[in-house]
Amino acid sequence: MAENLEKVIQEVTARYGKDRTRMMDIVREVQARLGHVSGAAMDLIAREVKSHRVEVEGVVTFYAFYTDRPKGRHVIRVTDCVTARMRHVDEVVAAFEKELGIRVGETTPDGQITLERTSCIGLCDQGPAALIDDVPVTYISSDKVKSLVRVLRETGDAKKLVKTLGEGNNALDLVHSMVINNIRKRGDVIFAPFESGSAIRNAAAVSPAEVIRSVKTARLRGRGGAGFPAGMKGEFARNAAGDRKFLLCNADEGEPGTFKDRVILTEAPDLLFEGMAVAGYAIGATEGILYLRGEYAYLRPYLEHVLEQRRAKKLLGKGIAGKAGFDFDVRIQLGAGAYICGEESGLIRSCEGLRGSPRDRPPFPVERGYLDLPTVVNNVETLCCAARVLEKGAAWFAQIGSEQSSGTKLFSVSGDCRRPGVYELPFGLTVAEFLKEVGGDDAQAVQVGGPSGTCIDRGQFGRKLGFEDLPTGGSMIVIGPQRDILDVAAAFMEFFVEESCGWCAPCRIGNVLIRERLERIRAGKGLPEDLTYLEELCTTVKKTSRCGLGQTSPNPVATTLQNFRKAYEAKLLPARQDGRQPTFDLRAALSEAVRVQGREPVAH
Amino acid sequence: MAKPKVATASLAGCFGCHMSILDIDDRILKLAELVEFHKSPINDIKKFSERCLVGIIEGGCCNEENVHVLQDFRKNCDLLISLGDCATMGGLPAMRNHVPLEECLAEAYLHGPTVHNPAKQIPNDPEIPLILDKVYPLHEVVKIDLHLPGCPPPADAIWEVLVALLNNKPIDLKYGLLRYD
Amino acid sequence: MSDFTFTIDGVEVPANKGQTILEAADAAGIYIPRLCWARDLAPGGHCRVCTVLVNGRPQSACTHPAGPKMVVEHDTPEIRAWRKNVVEMLFVEGNHYCMFCEKSGNCELQAMGYRLGITTPKYPYMFPQRAVDATHPDVMVDHNRCIACGRCVRASRDLDGKNVFQFVQRGHHVRVAVNAEGGLGRTNLSAADKAAQLCPVGAILVKRVGYAVPVGRRLYDVKPIGSDIEAKRAATPSGK
Ligand SMILES: Cc1cc2nc3c(=O)[nH]c(=O)nc-3n(C[C@H](O)[C@H](O)[C@H](O)COP(=O)(O)O)c2cc1C
Ligand code: SF4
Ligand code: SF4
Ligand code: SF4
Ligand code: FES
Repeated sequence: MAENLEKVIQEVTARYGKDRTRMMDIVREVQARLGHVSGAAMDLIAREVKSHRVEVEGVVTFYAFYTDRPKGRHVIRVTDCVTARMRHVDEVVAAFEKELGIRVGETTPDGQITLERTSCIGLCDQGPAALIDDVPVTYISSDKVKSLVRVLRETGDAKKLVKTLGEGNNALDLVHSMVINNIRKRGDVIFAPFESGSAIRNAAAVSPAEVIRSVKTARLRGRGGAGFPAGMKGEFARNAAGDRKFLLCNADEGEPGTFKDRVILTEAPDLLFEGMAVAGYAIGATEGILYLRGEYAYLRPYLEHVLEQRRAKKLLGKGIAGKAGFDFDVRIQLGAGAYICGEESGLIRSCEGLRGSPRDRPPFPVERGYLDLPTVVNNVETLCCAARVLEKGAAWFAQIGSEQSSGTKLFSVSGDCRRPGVYELPFGLTVAEFLKEVGGDDAQAVQVGGPSGTCIDRGQFGRKLGFEDLPTGGSMIVIGPQRDILDVAAAFMEFFVEESCGWCAPCRIGNVLIRERLERIRAGKGLPEDLTYLEELCTTVKKTSRCGLGQTSPNPVATTLQNFRKAYEAKLLPARQDGRQPTFDLRAALSEAVRVQGREPVAH
Repeated sequence: MAKPKVATASLAGCFGCHMSILDIDDRILKLAELVEFHKSPINDIKKFSERCLVGIIEGGCCNEENVHVLQDFRKNCDLLISLGDCATMGGLPAMRNHVPLEECLAEAYLHGPTVHNPAKQIPNDPEIPLILDKVYPLHEVVKIDLHLPGCPPPADAIWEVLVALLNNKPIDLKYGLLRYD
Repeated sequence: MSDFTFTIDGVEVPANKGQTILEAADAAGIYIPRLCWARDLAPGGHCRVCTVLVNGRPQSACTHPAGPKMVVEHDTPEIRAWRKNVVEMLFVEGNHYCMFCEKSGNCELQAMGYRLGITTPKYPYMFPQRAVDATHPDVMVDHNRCIACGRCVRASRDLDGKNVFQFVQRGHHVRVAVNAEGGLGRTNLSAADKAAQLCPVGAILVKRVGYAVPVGRRLYDVKPIGSDIEAKRAATPSGK
């Protein structure tokens, strides 16, 4: 065994050139071969790549999909996403627990199966869903659990769980997935037919500066959430000192309720890679990385295949489109279950083989990013838009959508509506129009932009979706009248507590405290003053946290406190006259002593 | 006009904070002019018979009796002061909060290195108040109006707080009086 | 000569290119509270106690470069409240028994509590289970008191060149771990290392030197933390 360990580590580290910046790949592969990354493995990896054991440990323990402890041969990860909770995922989990005879977090005694929960896995429109090993399993109901476990045990191969194939490219041999695309509305930008090479040819015909000018004229803004003007970002990187620059595509898609990038990766990877090449050309980068969230690992073989095809067609590699000096290639970097790696500087760190904690800015990635070199990070959809701008022209693109939000937007729609799925719609429609489209007219609320966005009430359904009013990275969770808004907020807080990277104090501690007080209120033990307590706490976390996660993580509570205050007030106890804390329960506090000492309290 | 009344109690504490109250030296006489001590270990009054302006409590809540005394104070005092680290955060006794109660009792009465207990029995007289699952800071059991930490809080701090309270003045401790040790 | 000036709470402050807001403030005798920052170490941005508003946006003063004409707000009631809240969070996150802590009187967290007037945190104590590592002959780590400021991580990596410490886990499970399976005693840390000296709290302590200074003469017994910096301002004629 020890020899085997040594051999495995030698092989794996050698494959990645003993390069410590490839730690993500090294750890993933060591774990794939040995089941977990033990302390001894960490020592050896550190030795081989000239790092330190504790650095390796830092990485292994940061990512949810890595483990330093043995797990079962198969790992079932049931999503904990709020949309799955709406569909009774708890019953599914209970069914798994019953079938396997273990609790969440445990492994069956025969060492075969580990049961876990995981944050949103991007299958909100077809949940409850789970990842079984790398295989996404959708529409799970408690009565299907038995057969899932049986097949897994009998075949020892999670792929065998795929009985029916999804539509489109999901059915390709290289994908072989039951996931469905659920494209409900195709627009002209993302889901229109595309001829590979058309954008690259147009780009290569003009100077990089002109490519940037086109993107600026098109008024393209980032689709990842923040809406930063894409042309301006490109220009910063282009003008940054140095010859070696990078273009990173952010396919981490971790915001609960978002899954549109998955559909692009499945159905329009050519458009995306075209956009990456064009962007690389524009900023002067010859190297690109597609950071693919670990949950989408099942798409990797297909994406590698598309990259190969493009290399063969001279749309990738050296002298693209026959133009000397137009060199660009892409490698795929898999993530491993960490929402924070969607934040651009966290993503960069992860690509460098480090813990995915963000950096302080300045310096911005466009000055000092990947390997401390100028780097542009763009969302999948942004890069697709860029390709289309080059293909069809800036003016064509700019006339779609609204004044400050040109183009179309992909919306990932889930929750209480009749037609969940992906919609490509021009920017600028109202929430009411949107709800009509998706069949969610009776919604009491819409979570716009996922948990880090805002939860709006009916009174705000006249607002417009777009950067000028209600920005969204695409996550749209419809909340029906039957829901308790505090349950939704609680699920979101759970997510942020889970996903905080822990670097900075307010986010690391504050989110736990927000959750505690929200739970107190949900348990019917809240006092009126708890609302002010929560407001002040939310403000502190938002104002003092280091990155976008902590700066938005209190939003589920902060925005519902603002828009659904009555829901909170309805759960509060009246102000107390006796000065006793409702959270202190003498009976409960004594129950352990009653058990241990075997008698009742002295005074009742 | 009747003098405002002050009550004090020591819960899961060591009486150190009470010693600190007495430590205000000759000012204790001045204090006696300003207030009347009601229920307190200082004068051994056992039951509240009148409403008090201020209740001063040392020690956290470690057993059921502590809780009842504290609730009684809350009922009978206008203002409650949580005095000393044990009251404000559990203090030394709260070190057991990191160990389950059962283990704690076993360590204290059976297995601890200094234990001499040939009968191998954990005290369990029906008269002994049952122990809580952990030691609670006072403000987790009842609402507290004022916290004064310290182990013990300096006598000067206690004095300044009381004088400010009695004169309805804002409390502004000078540096060195707010301390946690 | 300074490269440019900017203002902190309306006071004009000179600064040089490359200086952070916190460094420029220090030089001008304005003390911005901080916990994870330490001289000679690259800033970490962990504690956020140094949060200021830069042209209206919150930033950590220890990481943010000073810039010409910047308008910095620092000592406002609003910002004071944020800082106090964050320090209170640090107190409830760990187990701080100051009454018997060796670091008491010399502890920056405690001193910050004093300076910000914290009598008791408004947040519930978490009373977490944390370990003590006493495997090293000369240095101990008491995780109960660690505030995850990362000084030991940076000092060991950047000053000692040893990488003895690193963060492991994530979120509220984050803790500092050491570069060996069997604890600190198995690492090459020496008591003379910067990493053993720079802990702001009583989490990393050199053994057998505790309680050496009598109460009353410890670092923060008489004067609040930051007084040394503020003294500079009082001394300069232009300051007031
Ligand atoms: C916590 C957090 C998570 C994020 N996750 C993503 C993500 O999954 N995908 C994404 O494109 N952007 C994400 N972002 C935004 C990125 O930081 C960055 O702004 C974006 O990738 C830039 O691309 P764009 O300009 O094309 O939108 C996230 C930001 C934060 C703070
Ligand atoms: S805000 Fe949260 S996620 Fe961001 S750096 Fe701080 S701890 Fe990490
Ligand atoms: S580390 Fe500081 S705050 Fe914590 S117990 Fe020790 S002296 Fe008190
Ligand atoms: S051990 Fe000390 S120096 Fe290291 S992170 Fe914790 S508090 Fe900071
Ligand atoms: S001192 Fe600036 S974040 Fe800690």
